Amino acid sequence: MDFILQPWPWYVGGPLIALSLFLYFYFGKNFGASTNFETLCTMAGAGKVSDYFKKDWKERDFALLFVVGLIIGGFISAMYLIPNQNIDLNPKTVQELTDLGFSNVANQYFPDEIFSEEVVFSLKGFLILILSGVLIGFGTRYAGGCTSGHAITGLSSLQLPSLLAVIGFFIGGIIAAWFIIPILF
Amino acid sequence: MKNIKFLILGIFFAIVLSKTEAISWYRFYEMFRFQSFHMFGIIGGAVVISAIIMQLFKSGKIKDINGNKIVPKPKEKGFISTVLGGTLFGLGWGISGACAAPIFVILGFKFLPALILLVGALLGAFLYGIISKKLPN
Repeated sequence: MDFILQPWPWYVGGPLIALSLFLYFYFGKNFGASTNFETLCTMAGAGKVSDYFKKDWKERDFALLFVVGLIIGGFISAMYLIPNQNIDLNPKTVQELTDLGFSNVANQYFPDEIFSEEVVFSLKGFLILILSGVLIGFGTRYAGGCTSGHAITGLSSLQLPSLLAVIGFFIGGIIAAWFIIPILF
Repeated sequence: MKNIKFLILGIFFAIVLSKTEAISWYRFYEMFRFQSFHMFGIIGGAVVISAIIMQLFKSGKIKDINGNKIVPKPKEKGFISTVLGGTLFGLGWGISGACAAPIFVILGFKFLPALILLVGALLGAFLYGIISKKLPN
């Protein structure tokens, strides 16, 4: 039980993610998460606006069950499996973020500066989240996959487009962490 | 309900991402600042082991539950779309610390912020669907 309540190191995480990929393929489907954004649009009736969304979502009901599982798993983790959210961050990271005005760095999973209710209800906080979401939804569809689909599935099956996509992921992420976050905070 | 296994797999995957801190905003910031090996270890480890699994799929040594050969779908995307789309996703990922699967996991931790992220992601996918034919590939 003690191990379950401790944070799991990277060398436990990597193999367990690979196991998830293995089971997903073993169950007869391709591993990925971002196609669900499209499926949810289809379910919401986006097919009326664009033929792009005229697809049979029932063919992807397995993926929607996976998504429901993700939500339940997140809830179980938050409620029962993570007694405290202290993270063993690099002291340099902690210092940098503290200098930017972040409080409570490394004592929680999600910074109050982006994820607290007060901030979410401010214009700036709302825009940060909604526009990040738009970039995530638009970018994953344009690139044809996300971290699961391109970085894990695509790279491991040695696909060149996935390597290009992952290079793009990191260009974007590095610009965000080095330039945009310091401007925003 | 033959698909119930995907629900259980989702729960398992969410717990793995949560317990390894791979849904934490700080871990992604730290990764993009190259200040920790943690996330590189997780992603790199997953890719290396998955590559071995993929070889077993490819050689036909492991078949799926129905006895069919397992073939990952080829990603048929152009240079501009993958790099540009990837960069746009990376920007959203770097700012919010969330990628596609974690958005759903974070709903269990921070419901309202994650819901805003999710609505944004659906808007983004919707926008892509509308203008996809006009975008360079």
